[in-house]
Amino acid sequence: MTPSVLAGLVGASLVGLGLYGLILHPHPLRKLLAFNLIGNGVFLVFGIVARRGAAAGFRFDPVPQAMVITGIVVAFAASALAVALILRLSAEGNRVTLDPNAWTRPNDGDAK
Amino acid sequence: MAGLETTTPGGYLLVLAILLPLAGIVVSFTPGGRHAERIALYSTPFGFALALAIAFCVGRAGKPIVYTIGGLPPPLGIALRADGISAVMLIAAAVIVTAAAFYARAKFATPDGVRESRGPMTFWIMLQAIWAALAIIFVGGDLFNLYVALELLTFAAVPLVCIDGRPETLAAALRYLLFALFGSISYLLGVALFYGAHGTLDISLLAQRVQATPVVWTAASLMTAGLLAKTALFPVHLWLPPAHANAPAAASAVLSGLVVKGSFFLTLRLWFYVLPALPTDNIAAVLGWLGSAAVIVGSIIALRQARLKLLIAYSTVAQIGYLFLVFPLAAGAQTWSAIGWSAGLMQVLAHAFAKAAMFFSAGLLAEALGHDQIAKLGGAARALPLTFLTIALAGLSLMGLPPSGGFSAKWLMLQASIASGQWLWTIPILAGSLLAAGYVWRILAPALSEGQVSLESLPKRSQELIALALTIIALALGFAPQTFFDFLELGRPVVAGQS
Repeated sequence: MTPSVLAGLVGASLVGLGLYGLILHPHPLRKLLAFNLIGNGVFLVFGIVARRGAAAGFRFDPVPQAMVITGIVVAFAASALAVALILRLSAEGNRVTLDPNAWTRPNDGDAK
Repeated sequence: MAGLETTTPGGYLLVLAILLPLAGIVVSFTPGGRHAERIALYSTPFGFALALAIAFCVGRAGKPIVYTIGGLPPPLGIALRADGISAVMLIAAAVIVTAAAFYARAKFATPDGVRESRGPMTFWIMLQAIWAALAIIFVGGDLFNLYVALELLTFAAVPLVCIDGRPETLAAALRYLLFALFGSISYLLGVALFYGAHGTLDISLLAQRVQATPVVWTAASLMTAGLLAKTALFPVHLWLPPAHANAPAAASAVLSGLVVKGSFFLTLRLWFYVLPALPTDNIAAVLGWLGSAAVIVGSIIALRQARLKLLIAYSTVAQIGYLFLVFPLAAGAQTWSAIGWSAGLMQVLAHAFAKAAMFFSAGLLAEALGHDQIAKLGGAARALPLTFLTIALAGLSLMGLPPSGGFSAKWLMLQASIASGQWLWTIPILAGSLLAAGYVWRILAPALSEGQVSLESLPKRSQELIALALTIIALALGFAPQTFFDFLELGRPVVAGQS
């Protein structure tokens, strides 16, 4: 088994585990962590793709690496935004849930 | 090398169209406070003028205009390209953002005596951010660049959902964000596979290189799945109704009218611009079926809503379904595929304007009545005639009654499905219109009936007129001449000889 294949399999299993967590865990924080697992799996795939540049005489292809760095920044920003929302949500009540009906009061009629 | 692209005349306009709202964001942050509102408002006419200028350049050249960033042509550099659909979408985005900005002045003005307040500051900056992200999506020529734009769009749209900070809006925003994150990471994995297989992410270079290999199919499926989650196509529409119904009206209009169209636009780019050479009949059929299901299910759930804004949000789910009928109806290079293409784009535009107007009116209604329960609308049309005129006219377009953009779209879809022998698609198209008539009737019937409503406040005449103006655009689209449809075809790669 070459390192590329091993890395590919690890990437695939990270994506799979993350997807499982994202769909099945009800808590938003766990969903967020699962999203980060998927993200890492995808970045690993980019890493393998970067090795293909070796065929052109380089030691590696820099373009996918630049993409990984951009991707990490984006994923970080996304996680920060999600954590901020989860924090605000937990400050509003002791339950953090994604159910939009959980807060609907019986007389809720305004729509602003 | 002869085949490399260079910047065409007018190419710099594409950079300006992106830079204008981005500069607006940076400048809004610097002095802050009430200046953010002014900067957003003052930049809208310039953005509109730029969009018109781009459309003019594309029309005059008769082919896409290109700007290669830094003078480096792809595959090394990144190209911005504007073709017919980019130019039209840029104009639509400019019009709706302008309308939303002027509509929102009443609600998101910084209060007197305060230097800066949180809600308005967020709104004006995020509105410009949405505009910038959409501009990149409409002119971007590189799949990874488009990924970043797609993320910008999400990050700008999510705060608008929860701008007033009530817990149910926070939950809706978080749900939206998680769906969107799944969408973007799935898209990104597809991008990685495309790069690994073909060594470029430039749309026109990829289109020359792709073949029907397993890796291309996997990449395309992953990207499509991601984009569907962001476009809220049935069955991944679950995030949309709470998010769009809980946002402030000005934000809902932009979210429903434009933001979901951004990811739909990329789906079009993927299948009609990157992969036109592939035999896509099966995928197109799947997308068509999902779209049909969205039309039926979305409309039926809309019929059962008690709140006006939720009803309108579910109607968005249904109308998005229509968009996906473009995949089976515009495939290939037949005579009917041009009709299908025109129909799809007409539906994008008609829905954008009609739905924005509808959300604006729903916002005015909720503000004037203090609630938006449909059951308690009795007699409201007599108190708010202009608002209900707007709702009725926008409803006309959603149902697809002539003369309106919605009618043109559905009529062209019917023509394309009959001409192509895919008559099965006529069933969801017609059923959707009937159901739309049902839910529009549900709003209008109580409002026009006997009854007394007490108004908490009168809506501003200027806001009512903005909503009405957007509806009139939606109706006027029904009179679009053939040159308009020819313009939409500019730059569309059609594979000749494929049946």
